[in-house]
Amino acid sequence: MFETFSLITLQQYWWLIVSLLGALFVFLMFVQGGETLLFSIAKNEKEKSLLVNTLGRKWEFTFTTLVTFGGAFFASFPLFYATSFGGAYWVWFAILFSFVIQAVSYEFRKKPANFLGAKTYEIFLFINGLLGPLLVGIAVGTFFNGAMFSLDDMNRVTWGTPFRGLEAVLTFHNVALGLAVLFLSRILGLLYFMNSVDNAAIYDRSKKHLLYNTVPFLVFFLYFVIALLFKDGFAYNPETGVISIESYKYLHNLLAMPINTILLLTGVILVLYGIISTLLKGGTKGIWCGGIGTVFTVWALFILAGFNQTSFYPSVFNLQSSLTIENASSSKFTLVAMSYVSLFVPFVLGYIWFAWKAMNKKQISTEELEQEHHTY
Amino acid sequence: MIEGIDLSLVDWSRGQFALTAMYHWIFVPLTLGLAIIIAIMETLYVKTGNQEWKRITKFWMTLFGINFAIGVATGIILEFEFGTNWSTYSWFVGDIFGAPLAIEGILAFFMESTFIAIMFFGWNKVSKGFHLTATWLTAIGANLSALWILVANAWMQKPVGMVFNPEKARMEMTSFWDVLFSPMAVHKFLHTTSSSFVLASIFVIGISAWFILKNRDIVFARKSIVVAAIFGFLASVYTVTTGDSSARDVAHHQPMKFAAFEGLYNGSEGAGLVALGLISRSETDPSNENLKDFAMKIEIPNILSYMAFMDWDAFVPGINDLVRGNEKYGVMSATEKITRGKFAIEKLTAYKLAKKSGTTSLSDSLKTEIMSPEFQKNYFSYFGYGYISDPNTLVPSVALSFYSFHIMVVLGMYFIFFFLLALFYTLKGRIHKKRKFLWIAIWTIPLAYLASQAGWVLAEVGRQPWVIQDLMPTMAAVTKISTGAVQVTFWLFAIIFTTLLIAEIKIMMRQIKIGPKSEGGTTHV
Ligand code: HDD
Ligand code: HEM
Ligand code: HEM
Repeated sequence: MFETFSLITLQQYWWLIVSLLGALFVFLMFVQGGETLLFSIAKNEKEKSLLVNTLGRKWEFTFTTLVTFGGAFFASFPLFYATSFGGAYWVWFAILFSFVIQAVSYEFRKKPANFLGAKTYEIFLFINGLLGPLLVGIAVGTFFNGAMFSLDDMNRVTWGTPFRGLEAVLTFHNVALGLAVLFLSRILGLLYFMNSVDNAAIYDRSKKHLLYNTVPFLVFFLYFVIALLFKDGFAYNPETGVISIESYKYLHNLLAMPINTILLLTGVILVLYGIISTLLKGGTKGIWCGGIGTVFTVWALFILAGFNQTSFYPSVFNLQSSLTIENASSSKFTLVAMSYVSLFVPFVLGYIWFAWKAMNKKQISTEELEQEHHTY
Repeated sequence: MIEGIDLSLVDWSRGQFALTAMYHWIFVPLTLGLAIIIAIMETLYVKTGNQEWKRITKFWMTLFGINFAIGVATGIILEFEFGTNWSTYSWFVGDIFGAPLAIEGILAFFMESTFIAIMFFGWNKVSKGFHLTATWLTAIGANLSALWILVANAWMQKPVGMVFNPEKARMEMTSFWDVLFSPMAVHKFLHTTSSSFVLASIFVIGISAWFILKNRDIVFARKSIVVAAIFGFLASVYTVTTGDSSARDVAHHQPMKFAAFEGLYNGSEGAGLVALGLISRSETDPSNENLKDFAMKIEIPNILSYMAFMDWDAFVPGINDLVRGNEKYGVMSATEKITRGKFAIEKLTAYKLAKKSGTTSLSDSLKTEIMSPEFQKNYFSYFGYGYISDPNTLVPSVALSFYSFHIMVVLGMYFIFFFLLALFYTLKGRIHKKRKFLWIAIWTIPLAYLASQAGWVLAEVGRQPWVIQDLMPTMAAVTKISTGAVQVTFWLFAIIFTTLLIAEIKIMMRQIKIGPKSEGGTTHV
C-alpha cells in the first residue's frame, strides 16, 4: 500500500512520525525534570527514595524513546543524522554523557559497595535532569535559528566554528527554548509526583513548587513563541531546491496550516489547564492534561519547522546547504519499507499502555517499597 | 576525495569506537544469555510451584539488573557515534544501515524496557502467568535487539541488496529481504547469540561453584548449575557449528580476512589448517618476498580447503595471492581492483561535473551508465579500492586476527568439555568434592569474556582497512573534526566507563556475597 504513495507524501509521513517521537520524548522528560527536584521536594532519605523509585520505574521509557528517535531519524533523514551529530559534536555528546551517567544511577545508587556513594549517583541524576532538557531544547532551537554547517558535493559536513554546536547558546532564542523545556520538564515531573506518590507532604510541596516553575516557564515559552512569529525563516523552492530567507516565515506557516495551528493552541491550552486546575483544585490528574498538551505542542512546533516548504535544519553558514525534508530523506524504497515497520507502532504503544496501567494501578508508598524485592 | 583527513584522526576515531564497542560488549552477552536462563528458571518455578526456584530466579535477576543498566548506558553512545564520528559513513550508507537501527528501537528496545519493568517490579502486582510472560518477552526483546544490529554489521562485512545512486552520492536499498536474510547476517546472529548463551552459562556455573566452595546455599547452587550446564552445553555445540559457518562466509566474501586469521601467506590447493602456531614477527611484512610465515606451527593437511570450500583440494588464496593476484586461479590483483575503483570514482566525478555545468544529456547518460548492473558489478563493486594507494595497506593485522581466532576456537572446544564435566559431577552428586574443578569453574568466567571479545576483534580488525567491505575504507568514513576533540571524548569515555565498570564489579561481588535471600527481603541491606 505504501508503494503507491508519492515520495513527498512518504517524506511528510516520516517527518510526522519522527516529530511525534520527539514530542513523546519531551513529555517523557518529566523523568529528567523530576531528577532536578529530588533535593528540593524530599526532606529526608525515605522521601528521596520514594521519589527515586517513582522515577526509576519510568526512566527506561524516556531513554528508549531517545534511542528510537535517533534511530528513526537516521533511517528516514540520514543526512540530518550525519550533519547534525557529526557537526554539532559537543552538544550531542554533552547530552549523551548526561544520559550515560543517568542510566546506571537508579540501579547503583542504593546498592551496597557501589564505589561512588549514593550522593554521587544523585548528583548524576541532577546533572542529567538539568543538561538533558536544557540542551535538547537548545538543539531544537537550531531548527528555527540555523546552525553553522556546510556540505560539499558528496554531502560531507564541515562546521563553521571550532565550538561544534556549542555556539548555539549565543543565540538567546535557542536558550529561551532550552529553558522553557527545562521548566516544562520540572512542571511535568511535579505533576507526576502528585499523581503517583502516596504521600501527603510530598504532594503539598510539589504543589507549591508547581507555581514557582510555572512562572519562568511561561516567560521563556511566550518569549520563544512571540519572537518566532516575528522572525525571518528559511524557505525553499520545491522546483529548484534553492533556499531563501523569508520574512515572517513561521507566521506564514501558522496561517498556511490551520490544523497544525489548532494543534499548537490546543496543546498550549491543555498544558496550562493541567497546571492551573491542579494549582486551584488539586487532584492527581494534571499530568494527563499536561502530558498530552506537551505532546501536541512539541509535535506542532516540529511540523512548523519542516512543513510548508521550510528548511527544518537551516545553515546560517552556507545557506544552500540547508536541510529540508526533501533533500535529507532516505530513498523511496527505504521509506516504504520503514513505513511498513511503522504499522507496528500502535501495537507497541498498546502494550506500553497496558504495562503502564498494570504497574500504576496503585500509587507508590514507602510501605510498598519495603515489601518489594527490587528497589532503587 | 579524502584530502584533509588526518590519519591520527582516523586512528583516534577508531580507537574511540573500539573502546566503546568493547565496553558495550562486556555487558551485552551476559544480558542475552542470562535473560533466557532466568526465564527457564522462572518457568520451572511456575511449573513446579517450588519456592526454591523462585528464590533462584530472583537472585540471578538481581545480577541481571545490575549488568543491564550499564549495558544500556554503553549502548546509547554507540548508536550516536555513527553520526558523531562516522558522519560520512552515515550518509553514504544511511539509507540501508539506518533501517535496522530504527527497527531495533521500535521492535526490540521497547519490548525489552517495557517488560523488564514488570519483571522487576511486578511480582506482587500481576499474576504468575503474566509475570512469566513478561520475563520471556524481556529475553526475546534482548535477543531481537541483537538481531537487528547484527544484520547491520553483517551488511558492512558483505554489502547486499543495494545500488549506488550517483545523484545523491550514496548507496540505496533495493531489497530489504536480501539485507535481512543475507547468510552472513543469519550466521552472525546465530553465532553471536549462541556464544552469548555460552558466556552466561559459564557465569552462572562459576558463581554457583563459589557458593559450593564456601559451603553455603548448596541446593541453590546445584540447581543453578544443572540448568546452566545443560543450556550451556547445547549452546556451545551450536556455537562451534555456527562459527564454522561464519568462517565459511568469511572465506567466500572476505578472503583477505580469512587468509589473515588462518595465517595463510601463500595460497595452495589442499591447504592445511594451522591448529596452533606462533606468527614470526620479523617476517610478517607482506612486502617480504621470502616469507616464512610461522616461527613454529602444527599443521593439519587439506583441512583448510575442506573447511572453506567443502572440497579437500580446493585452492585457498593466501595474502600474497590476494595482493599480487594469481592468474592461474583467477584471483584478481589489488592493482587491478584499484584501477577499477579509480575508474568508478572518475565516472562519478564526471557525472558531478556534468550535473553542475547543466549538461543534462551527458549527466543523464552517465547516471544510467553508473546505475547499470554491469557497471555496478565490474567497476562500482571496487569503488573503495579507488581510495587505496598502496596495495599492502589492504592487509589487516595478521597477528591480531590469527590469535583472536585461535583463542576463540580453542576455548570453544574447551567449553563443550567443561559443560559436560559440570553436568556429570552435579548429576552424580559429587560436585562439592571436586574442589579443583570448582576453582577452574570460577576461572573459566574470564575466559568466556576473552573468547567473546576475541570474536569481535577478529570480525572488526580482520576487515580493515574496510568499514564497508570493498566499498568504503575506514579513512573515508570519518567525520572531519579536530583530532583533539576526539581525544577529549576518548578519554572521557575511558574514564567514565572504567569508573562505572569498577562500580559494577564491586556491586556484583557484594550481591553475590549476600547471596540468594529468603522470600520478601529487599536487595539492599
Ligand atoms: C563465547 C564466545 C565465542 C566462542 C566460544 C566462539 N565464538 Fe566465534 N565469535 C564470537 C564469539 C565466540 C562473537 C563475539 O559472537 C563473534 C564476533 C562477531 C560475530 O559475528 O560473532 C564471533 C565471530 C566469529 C567469526 C568471524 C565472523 C566475521 O568475521 O564476521 C568466526 C569465523 C568465528 N567466530 C568462528 C568461531 C569458531 C570456529 C568457534 C569454535 C570452534 C568459535 N567462533 C567460538
Ligand atoms: C559489540 C561488539 C563489538 C565490538 C567489541 C567491536 C569492536 C570493534 C573494534 C575493535 C573496532 C576497531 C577495529 C580497528 O580499528 O581495527 C571496531 C570498529 C568498528 N566497528 Fe565494531 N565492534 C562491535 C560491534 C559492531 C557492530 C554491531 C557494528 C555495526 C553495526 C560495528 C561497526 C563498527 C564500525 C563502524 C567501526 C569503525 C570503523 C572501523 O574501524 O572499522 N561494530 N569495532
Ligand atoms: C555498534 C553497534 C551497537 C549499537 C549502536 C548499539 C546500540 C545500543 C543502544 C542504543 C542500547 C540501549 C537501548 C535501550 O535504550 O534500552 C543498547 C543496548 C543493548 N544492546 Fe547494543 N548496540 C550495538 C551493539 C550490540 C550488539 C552487537 C548486540 C548483541 C549482539 C547488542 C545488544 C544489546 C542489548 C541486548 C542491549 C540491552 C542492554 C544491555 O546491554 O544489557 N548491541 N545497544
